[in-house]
Amino acid sequence: MTVVAVTDLHKHYGPVRAVDGLTFAIGAGEVYALLGSNGAGKSTAVEILEGHRTATSGTVEVLGVDPAHAGRDFRDRIGIVLQSSGVESEFTVREVIELYGGCYRNPRPLDQVVALVGLEEKVDARVGSLSGGQRRRVDLALGIVGRPELLFLDEPTTGFDPSARRRSWDLIESLGDDGTTVLLTTHYLDEAEHLADRVGVLSRGQLIAEGSPGELINQVSGTMVSFMLPDSVHPDAAAATFGELLGVDIRLSGRLVEANIEQPTAAVHRITGWAIESGVELDSLSVSRVSLEEVYLSLTDSDVANDGEAAP
Amino acid sequence: MNAFPSAVRQLAAQTRYQIVTFVRIPVAVFFTLGLPLVMLVLFNALFGNNTFETEDGGQMSAQQFYTGGLAAFTAVSATFTNLANMVPIRRDEGVLKRWRGTPLPMWIYLGGFIISAVLIALVGVVLMLTLGVVVYDLQIEAAKMPAAIVTFLIGVGSFAALGMALAAVVKSASSASAAANAIILPMAFVSNIFIQVDDAPTWITTLGNIFPLKHFAEAFQDCFTPSVPAPAFNWPSLAFIAAWGVLGIVIAMRFFTFEPSGSAPRGRRSRRSAVAATTD
Repeated sequence: MTVVAVTDLHKHYGPVRAVDGLTFAIGAGEVYALLGSNGAGKSTAVEILEGHRTATSGTVEVLGVDPAHAGRDFRDRIGIVLQSSGVESEFTVREVIELYGGCYRNPRPLDQVVALVGLEEKVDARVGSLSGGQRRRVDLALGIVGRPELLFLDEPTTGFDPSARRRSWDLIESLGDDGTTVLLTTHYLDEAEHLADRVGVLSRGQLIAEGSPGELINQVSGTMVSFMLPDSVHPDAAAATFGELLGVDIRLSGRLVEANIEQPTAAVHRITGWAIESGVELDSLSVSRVSLEEVYLSLTDSDVANDGEAAP
Repeated sequence: MNAFPSAVRQLAAQTRYQIVTFVRIPVAVFFTLGLPLVMLVLFNALFGNNTFETEDGGQMSAQQFYTGGLAAFTAVSATFTNLANMVPIRRDEGVLKRWRGTPLPMWIYLGGFIISAVLIALVGVVLMLTLGVVVYDLQIEAAKMPAAIVTFLIGVGSFAALGMALAAVVKSASSASAAANAIILPMAFVSNIFIQVDDAPTWITTLGNIFPLKHFAEAFQDCFTPSVPAPAFNWPSLAFIAAWGVLGIVIAMRFFTFEPSGSAPRGRRSRRSAVAATTD
């Protein structure tokens, strides 16, 4: 069963095309991640699906209805966790969960909600006194209090510390296991890789790739070799020095040298041989399988490059 | 599948929630309910022995003048000023948008806001009148109470509508708060709330006559002025206030938005910059 069906969706603001021909579908019980950088059109697309914005053109069907004209029955079946939406800071966690829960047909009991989001110890604290991460968990609580069939999570873990992030992931996974369909937007690749059954990579308002994280990774072959730039090599000379040794173009981010190599064994041999001869240490040397990040960067790089060629 | 909670129950829950919010914001309680009482005490201490002439040539003591006028001012603070402050704050926080994503109909959310403001206005007016009766010899005549109640309801209804209209037109919370105060304080001076100016310049009198506050204050004062015969309905003023209220409703319904002012102009801003780019 299809829960979300989007066909050739457009949202234009004057000449700016925030969403530019987006097509995708989400099946029941799936966790789908829309992955893209800031400004790729993720939030705009999701807000159209939630009914907060209207589309310029295209068809959108969510739970069998057009969200732009859907009523409270539709909103009873969805849960929304917006990117930055406040909660009444004068109220306690208990009060807001009861208040918001009170407008659904079949709300989750308070105890269950606070246990799911891990706010048991803060249930009688005012929302205004909570930390940023705890408030985000209140957001999550209000998103799930109505037992949604479809949950929208717009960048749910932005600003979280690593342990809070892990806990949120566990929660989202358990919701997915319960059969809740989840549409997640994120710019964290590890989040998409960890949580999503399928990932749609969004760039300039269009999907440029789609598939399970494994499928996407398989599209890019090779092995990642990375290490810290030694002090003896000037950053300007890094591309020439290591490009020649590794036989491919390298990427330098800060002091991190990265290269995607088809036959890593010989390349690693050459570079370690060079290091020993030169008497330098290659800090943080690592050889690993490509990650979703590689896939993402290769996709968006070629997208940007194509765009650059097209420009006059 | 359970049914949705009834509209009445939800409206009651929303009203209660807005009142609890108000009570938990001490600065709102002080400015809405406390400050007018302080003004009543101060003005009476300063000018309490004067008498004023009413429009129809009758006499009105300063005590009656201030109690009735400041009661009307309290009602306006609780509705117009309060809504024009709080609604844009909730909008900028994203709270309005969050509610719009729930099954709660937005008219119930905003209805709870408005009803709570009217109830706070009622508390403020009752406090003011009680202080007036106990300390300042205010006369409450049963025959004029229907007029007082009708005047109160038309006044708070209209000023609530105008508060929502301001919240609809001025998008950001900080601007809306500034606009509400910039409107209401000068308005109170030209509307004979703080001072009764017998020989005011014509433009001040005209300004006061154009806007609804002076009419509301006078209609309310009439209900507590012994020289005005019962039942003391001031129909022309009431009609004038109601007309402003209708204007407020029209503006509010036409321009009200739920998106935070920081994110709503995202499209608008890019449109503007796009326009700037094409005109460059």
